Amino acid sequence: MPIPITLAPVARPVALDGVELAASLSETARQIRIQDLTMVRHAGAGHIGGDFSAIDILTVLHGAVLDIAPDQADDPDRDRFILSKGHVAGAYYATLAAYGFLPVAQLATFLQPGTALGGHPDRQAVPAVEANTGPLGHGLPIGVGLAIAARLTERPYRVFVLVGDGELQEGSNWEAMITAAHHRLSNLTVIVDRNRLQQGARVEDTSGLEPLADKATAFGWQAITVDGHDHGQLVEVLSGPPMDGRPRFVIAETHKGHPISYMSDNVAWHHKVPDSDEFATALDELGAQVERIPT
Amino acid sequence: MSADVASLLATDVTPSQVADLSTTDCRGAWSATLAELAADDRSLVAVVNDSVGSSKLGDFVDRFPGQVVNVGIAEQTMVGVAAGLSGGGLTPFVSAASCFLTARAMEQIKADLVYSGRPVVLCGMSPGVAYGELGPTHHSLEDIAWLRALPGMTVVVPADPVETAAAIRWAHGHDGPAFVRVSRMPVPTLFRPDHAFEPGKANLLHAGNDVTVIANGTTVSVALQAAGLLADRGIGLRVLSMASVQPLDQEAVLAAATETGGIVTVEESTVRGGLGGAVAELVVSHRPAPMRMLGINHYDHPDSAEGLIAGAGLTPLGIADAAAALIDR
Repeated sequence: MPIPITLAPVARPVALDGVELAASLSETARQIRIQDLTMVRHAGAGHIGGDFSAIDILTVLHGAVLDIAPDQADDPDRDRFILSKGHVAGAYYATLAAYGFLPVAQLATFLQPGTALGGHPDRQAVPAVEANTGPLGHGLPIGVGLAIAARLTERPYRVFVLVGDGELQEGSNWEAMITAAHHRLSNLTVIVDRNRLQQGARVEDTSGLEPLADKATAFGWQAITVDGHDHGQLVEVLSGPPMDGRPRFVIAETHKGHPISYMSDNVAWHHKVPDSDEFATALDELGAQVERIPT
Repeated sequence: MSADVASLLATDVTPSQVADLSTTDCRGAWSATLAELAADDRSLVAVVNDSVGSSKLGDFVDRFPGQVVNVGIAEQTMVGVAAGLSGGGLTPFVSAASCFLTARAMEQIKADLVYSGRPVVLCGMSPGVAYGELGPTHHSLEDIAWLRALPGMTVVVPADPVETAAAIRWAHGHDGPAFVRVSRMPVPTLFRPDHAFEPGKANLLHAGNDVTVIANGTTVSVALQAAGLLADRGIGLRVLSMASVQPLDQEAVLAAATETGGIVTVEESTVRGGLGGAVAELVVSHRPAPMRMLGINHYDHPDSAEGLIAGAGLTPLGIADAAAALIDR
């Protein structure tokens, strides 16, 4: 069976703010989760756990923060977003489709032979993608280069990089953090999807990162901790101007698999595919009209 | 030599003249060319890993301080940053010791540059065994093989300062990833001042139809000297300079396989995946011919660069003997 399309594109809620904006983003994130879950269920693969920890961040960035537009993908002044944790490509594609960067119908090709929508994003195949990520620890150095380029070319764009917390075990991130602080890249924001789980176990039980905020601060960054599932908080922090000449290190506290009861904070759901019953339960918990989506 | 043959040659230097030529390091020509390009192209940015001195970029930094990004000793970040600079509309030339640039940042070269379609130029400084006594950690014998494995990566191993400058000028206008090996070993200048680099094109340095030597980088002038030794033995050696390891000049290689008794490849790198491997892959699938592949395939005890090169048989006599043996003479 082809992958069902449940998502309808929405306009960016540019006229809204405050509670109304958060409510709009929350509803879009819910729709993105339903679509992404359906893609993983019907493609038989994907990284649902990390998808669901990152979807609120992706939604806020694309719905309310990034100065990018589907018809201005080559604008040299566009904000740059790099999904360094490239394995949550399904969540990224659904987010791009929700806000008009991809036709929603194209989501039916997710992981299908010859698709543009593979397991990791390809900038030459998918609009708005700035780097082909997948191997961990690549996005932040690229983001540092983009931020330095903005400085050298006197362009106003901002750079946002979403990394996983387990990904921070890669040393290249810490190289790039030294470089970013040295260059005082206040146009650079890294968002850590701090779901505390990596593929095989809890991050803190594998090669722990704490005290993470203190480490970022010691590296010369401005560290901010937010609830990574709170759209209002994310909008406020990510839209805000930098407070000083430092790059920003936003620790978004999340749960893998959020908000599905049996997935949330459960290491088993890194890249597990829900069976028919699990799919129905998750749809129900997401408030989807279960009877309209084939299981 | 007839005037007709001479007109086909890319050099005015004859085998007997090579030993008397003065020699220079290619890095000076590299940095001078980069400065010449940077003066006209403000988007050109040199990206380095604390390698300003070893890349001979001191003057460049003084003249174009806004066109240098020094990330410190961090090769993965250096290449990732170069990808980002490219994404920001700039034209990065990454310059670092070839051993560290290629080995340490290989995944960034693969994913951030080649697979992501970012036209960044990588300049591998002091490759091969140039670091001599510093030992195998600092030698770069594998760089050509690694970079050649990447689809769409142009791999250039210039033979002298003129060809180094020509390769950098070409790379500046190339819309794709490229790797240029920049030797610190002093070499004689063989090419004429107006020499242009063209990917996929070999240059004929000595005409001959008995056997062929295909060389690049520091071994080209040595191969030319071997042609003199073989001429004394009555053997006509064809000497092809193959700066463009990828893409290879298929026509020139297959012509050599057909028209001469065999091919010897010579390079200051491992033959496994290097120039030797590239030529062998082509020859074996299209026109099988006898081959010998000379290079440096093992990690030796510390020695001077000259000692290591001689020890590997990359000498005029070593090349001449290998070529003669190939055709049983």
